Amino acid sequence: MLTGRHLIQPDDLSVSEIDEICSLAEQIIVDPKSFQDVCRGKILATLFFEPSTRTRLSFEAAMLRLGGAVEGFADASYTSSTKGETLADTIRVVSSYADVIAMRTPKEGAALLASKYSACPIINAGDGGHYHPTQTLTDMVTIRQLCGGFENHVIGFCGDLKFGRTVHSLAEAMRHYKGNKFVFISPKELTVPDYLIKNVLEPAGVQYETAESLDDVIDKLDILYMTRVQKERFFNEQDYIRLKDCYILDKARMKKAKDNMIVLHPLPRVNEIAPEVDDDPRAAYFKQVKYGMYARMALIAKLTGSI
Amino acid sequence: MLNVTTIKNGLVIDHIRAGSGWKIFQWLGLDKAPFTSCLIQNVPSQKSGKKDIIKIDNILNIDYSVLGFIDPNICVNVIENEVIVRKINMELPSKVQGVFSCKNPRCITITEHYVSPTFLLVNKEKGLYRCEYCDTLYVAGQNNTEL
Repeated sequence: MLTGRHLIQPDDLSVSEIDEICSLAEQIIVDPKSFQDVCRGKILATLFFEPSTRTRLSFEAAMLRLGGAVEGFADASYTSSTKGETLADTIRVVSSYADVIAMRTPKEGAALLASKYSACPIINAGDGGHYHPTQTLTDMVTIRQLCGGFENHVIGFCGDLKFGRTVHSLAEAMRHYKGNKFVFISPKELTVPDYLIKNVLEPAGVQYETAESLDDVIDKLDILYMTRVQKERFFNEQDYIRLKDCYILDKARMKKAKDNMIVLHPLPRVNEIAPEVDDDPRAAYFKQVKYGMYARMALIAKLTGSI
Repeated sequence: MLNVTTIKNGLVIDHIRAGSGWKIFQWLGLDKAPFTSCLIQNVPSQKSGKKDIIKIDNILNIDYSVLGFIDPNICVNVIENEVIVRKINMELPSKVQGVFSCKNPRCITITEHYVSPTFLLVNKEKGLYRCEYCDTLYVAGQNNTEL
C-alpha cells in the first residue's frame, strides 16, 4: 500500500512496489488519456531549495498531466528560510496546503527530516549528494522499457561516482535483482563512497569491480550510466577543472561497445557525452527524460491514493 | 608511582583508551562537579600498553551506551564502602542520540539545530555506525566524533 507513504530513499520501496510503480508507468505510457483526471482537485507542492529546472518541471508536468495543480518555489531565496525559518516549520505549513510535496535541497538528510514533520507524503527530489529516488524510478522504468527487465545486466557507472547521487540510488535499487554486476568507472578522486560499498553492496553479495578507464571495460557493458562531474559539488574550482573532462563518451568509444548496449544519463550533460553520440540508436538519455515524467506520474498517483 | 586515594562510594572508569580520558571527563561534567574526581592519564596497561582511568567519588547515573560508543573496551567498577560490588562492561549501543555532532558539513543536522543527531549501529563486528540523516559512517572507539 503506497498511499500516504514518503519516498526518501530507494530502499523505502520494496521490489514489488517498484514493480507496481513501473507497471503503472507502463500503463500510462500506453494510454495517457485514461489517467488525465486521476489527480483532479489535488495539489503538488514543489519545494526546490536549490535550482533544478529539469526535475522540477518533470514533477510539475507529471501532476498537470494527471489533472492536478502545482504550487511551490524554484529558489530558496524567495522563501521564509532566508528569514531563519526552520525546515520543520516550512514543512508543517506547506503540508497544510498540499496533498504531496516534492522537495530538493543541498542538505543531506533534509527529506528524511521533512518527513518527520509533514502531514502529507514527501518525495525526495534530491538531497545534496545523497539520494534521488525518483531519478532511480526514471532509470528503472527506462531499463525495463528498453532492456526488457531488471535482471542479469552488467551496468557501468561512469564519471562522478562520489557526489553523483543518481548512481548511488540506482545501484541500491538494482542490487535487489539477481545476476546484475556493477562496474564503477571513475578517477580515484571521485570513487563511489564507502557507505555504498560497505553498507549496501557487500551485505547484498553484489558483484562489482572498479576501473579507471572507460576504454578498458566498455565492451562488456549492457547499460552505461554516464554522469556529469558537477561543479557545485566541489569545494574548489581547480579540482573541478582538473577532473571534469576525464571521461567523455564519443563515437570512437561507442564503436567498442555492444550493439545492444544502452547509454543513460540523468542530464543535464555538459561535455561528458559528445553530441555526435546523440544520433546513435543506443543513446537513450532523451527517451529517459520522458520515461521520468511517466515514472513520476505513477508515483504521485500512488502516493496520493488517486489510483 | 602515582598514588591516588581510594574512594569510598563511587565509580572507577577503567581501560579508557589513552588520550580519550579528558573527553569523557568533560562529557561527564566532572571538570565542573562539586565532588571529588580525578583523571589519571597514560597509566601502564598490560592489555593496551597505556590507558586512562577516571575515579569519581560519587555514584553517578551515566549513559553507559554513550561510553560504549566512545570506547567499547571501557569497564566501569561500582565501588561501595571501598569494595568493588559490580563491574559493568560496555556494549555497542544500537543507537547513539544527541551526544555527538555529525562531521559532514552537508548534513541537515548541522544547520537545523533543533535536530538531535542520531547514529545507528549498522555493523556490530566492525563497530560501524551511520548518521541517520546523511549516512556518514563512524567507527566506535575511534576519535572521529566531537563531544
